[in-house]
Amino acid sequence: MWEQQLAFWVLALAMAGAAIGVVRSPNVVHAALFLVVVMAGAAAQYVLLVAEFVAWVQVLIYIGAVIILFLFGIMLTRAPMRGEGRALDNDQRWAGAVVALFTFGVLTALLVDAFGNDKIRFDDSLVGQGRTATVGTSIFQNYLVPFEVVSMLLLAALIGAIVLARRD
Amino acid sequence: MGLNYFLILSAFIFCVGIYGILARRNGILVLMSVELMLNAVNINLVAFAAFVRNVAGDVFALFVITIAAAEVGVGLAIVLLIYRNLHSPDLDEVDQLKG
Amino acid sequence: MLDQAWLIPTLPALSFVAILLFGKRLPRKGSELGIVAVGASFVLACVAAVQWIHKIDTASTEKVKPVLHHIEWWQNGAVKFGVGTQIDGLAVMMMFVVTLISFLVHVYSTAYMHDDRRYTHYYAFLSLFTASMLTLVVADNTLQLLVGWELVGLCSFVLIGHWWEEGVNSTAAIKAFLTTRTGDIGLMIGVIITFFAAGTFSIVGINTYAGSHGAQHDLLLAGAICLFIGIIGKSGQFPLHTWLPDAMAGPTPVSALIHAATMVVAGVYLGARLYPVFFNGFSIGHGGVNFMAVIGGTTIIIGALLAFVQDDIKKVLAYSTISQLGYMVMALGVGAWTAAVFHLFTHAFFKALLFLGAGSVSHSGSHHSFDMKKDMGGLKKYMPVTFWTFMIGTLALAGIFPFAGFWSKDEILATAGKTGFDGFMIVGIVGAFLTAAYMARCVYLTFFGEYRGHGHPHESERTITVPLIVLAVFSVVAGFLQASPFGIEKFGEWFEPRVAFPALEHVEFNYGLAAASLAVALVGLGVGFYFYERRRQLTALDGLTKRNALANAGYTFLVKKYYLDDLYENVIVDGTRTAVAQASYWVNQHVIDGVVNAAGRGAARLGRATYDVVDQRVVDGVINGIAIETGLAGGEVRKVQSGRVQRYALLLFAGVALLALAIFIVNVA
Repeated sequence: MWEQQLAFWVLALAMAGAAIGVVRSPNVVHAALFLVVVMAGAAAQYVLLVAEFVAWVQVLIYIGAVIILFLFGIMLTRAPMRGEGRALDNDQRWAGAVVALFTFGVLTALLVDAFGNDKIRFDDSLVGQGRTATVGTSIFQNYLVPFEVVSMLLLAALIGAIVLARRD
Repeated sequence: MGLNYFLILSAFIFCVGIYGILARRNGILVLMSVELMLNAVNINLVAFAAFVRNVAGDVFALFVITIAAAEVGVGLAIVLLIYRNLHSPDLDEVDQLKG
Repeated sequence: MLDQAWLIPTLPALSFVAILLFGKRLPRKGSELGIVAVGASFVLACVAAVQWIHKIDTASTEKVKPVLHHIEWWQNGAVKFGVGTQIDGLAVMMMFVVTLISFLVHVYSTAYMHDDRRYTHYYAFLSLFTASMLTLVVADNTLQLLVGWELVGLCSFVLIGHWWEEGVNSTAAIKAFLTTRTGDIGLMIGVIITFFAAGTFSIVGINTYAGSHGAQHDLLLAGAICLFIGIIGKSGQFPLHTWLPDAMAGPTPVSALIHAATMVVAGVYLGARLYPVFFNGFSIGHGGVNFMAVIGGTTIIIGALLAFVQDDIKKVLAYSTISQLGYMVMALGVGAWTAAVFHLFTHAFFKALLFLGAGSVSHSGSHHSFDMKKDMGGLKKYMPVTFWTFMIGTLALAGIFPFAGFWSKDEILATAGKTGFDGFMIVGIVGAFLTAAYMARCVYLTFFGEYRGHGHPHESERTITVPLIVLAVFSVVAGFLQASPFGIEKFGEWFEPRVAFPALEHVEFNYGLAAASLAVALVGLGVGFYFYERRRQLTALDGLTKRNALANAGYTFLVKKYYLDDLYENVIVDGTRTAVAQASYWVNQHVIDGVVNAAGRGAARLGRATYDVVDQRVVDGVINGIAIETGLAGGEVRKVQSGRVQRYALLLFAGVALLALAIFIVNVA
């Protein structure tokens, strides 16, 4: 359906441009904001893929918490905000660009080869799948143990971050 | 809607994230690049969930988001420590293991 | 005994060892061992002689072969070396002479060498000498002959230098040894040449070859010349005669034994033994002139002339010996083999007699001096036995009928005249005159006139006079073994070789020549006696040599022994020694040392270069280079461990991408 395609393409381009902005921006805060664009675009893509719960969690957690954390981190580490642009890139950016392009090439070739003709069927069963109830049921029925483990992980991360960052 | 579009978009953002990890000097920017990569993976997962008609992909994406959040917390704590010790968030200066 | 003839040299050899080992402990200090051994050898030699004569007399054929015994010692390739005995007439005669005179000398020496400082040593070497001479005589091959030859030379050296504490004696001993050694070079080369010519060392073999038709004349001539050089040295021929007078420094019995009767005749013996080589090499049978006769004739005259100007009685006798040896060599040179050997035989007796007589004079008459003019004179009345025996010896030497020398000398002259060597006959006659004259001088100065010495002259003891009498008897009768006018030709019959021997011309007794030579000898004796008897009246001759330059020159020439000694010692020896020494020194300093030093320096430089270049630069460079390169490589590789996480991440991602590509290609493409 052309609406889907158009939406996808707009979002895709926006995300791609913002991603490049993240990694190429001379200003750290600008990079963080570009990251917000990428995450928002990702959330929109989830909606497009009829995974509304995931989209909402993305917005909530990523954009709501993670980016804020980043901004706090930027503030606390007095990252250079403007002007000292080139200093933000180290000396292996060309090698990194090569590696990244190369990886992208390999991945694309692989994907094209593997899923060249596959299409996503957008129909009602898909709608049902992405609903919060379905996801929740699946978590608490099929993936309970991972859920608990993740809780532990969060706890560990919380404690760990406090321990690491405290001044004493 | 072809599956590949999502996948290739995901691959693209993933590779941009690779570039960012390798090329950015500031520790926070490296963490942001890691977030890029994780988002790319999420897009991949959700696309496959839609393709395979399995909700597991969504669940997996949720877990990824959760863990990413935790990881960002710890990571920033580390970056803060680095900044505190070396008075610069520059990762190039963290080379005590230089051998 | 002909088959056991090896005993004859062995007994004195054993006594030599025995005397050396325990002679000093014996009551007579070893002389008894020597006397017994040589006496036993003499007896055995007489037995051998009788046996041989019997063999000749009872032989069925003319060609009586020598009795040969040979033991092969070792073999080198195709050449066999061994020792053995060859007993024929010549050997038997020589053995008789050697053992007899050695025995008499042994007995004589008990008195003469009494209280000597090295009495035992003297007897030991007398024994060794006798053994060596006998080895030489019985030898059946030239190598054994050479061994005996060298050994007698050694004994001569030892015995001449018996009183070596006085420098004169040791110098004389060395001179004797070296001069005969010079001749021995020729002898050795001659032995080698004859070996290669005949293919064997055996004397019979060499003689057979020399007489055969296939013999190469040039080889024989070369061999004969070389062998003759050995004879010149050993038998005191001109020009290597200079050692003999100086050898008189030894004890008188030694002079009698070695330098009159036995060793010096070893050369003549060699000539007689290998006569076919000389006969065919020098073409003696063709008359005219040959090397051997020339040397012999020259020696006769030279020796005789020098005998006139000697004051030492032993030196007179020494030159007389040289002259008589010249007779023997000349005889061999003119083809008178029997005459030469016969003269050897008779000369041994009367010359030994004369020497021992001189020894007796010195021992009891002139207080151990040999100077005739100073310490002798008028001894006729004090020492009658010595005087009469000495007179007999003189008459025999001068060739007066009927003493031994007359017969032998006459045969030489006759053969010379008959076989076409007329010139040498004249030389022989002149020599006879001179011999008689100088002997008359010698006798007169010693025994006639007034006693000029300082001692108390008296006759010597019996151990000295008895040998003199024995020898005197032999000097009288020995000649009759070859008294041709009386039809006795026993000497030639018994002793001349029959096998492997050239056919020599045997001349008949020439009455005219005999009478002439007898007259010449008598005239010589008379002239000699008269000159010295009337010495005081011939005042015109007083101081002649001082007034007349020519006479002085002639006298000086003789006194200086023809300047030969000066020539040998000052010109040849010194010149060679200085020139050779200086040349050698130069070569040593510049050439040899130069090479050695250059080699040393070169080696040192090479070592340093090796150290600098190879060791320091190359080897160390490699080693150090490896270390440095390893360090540098490590340094380079270390850069990977930069401590920068992003660097690691780059490598990680790059590796993963490549791995992915690889898997992709493998699985998909």
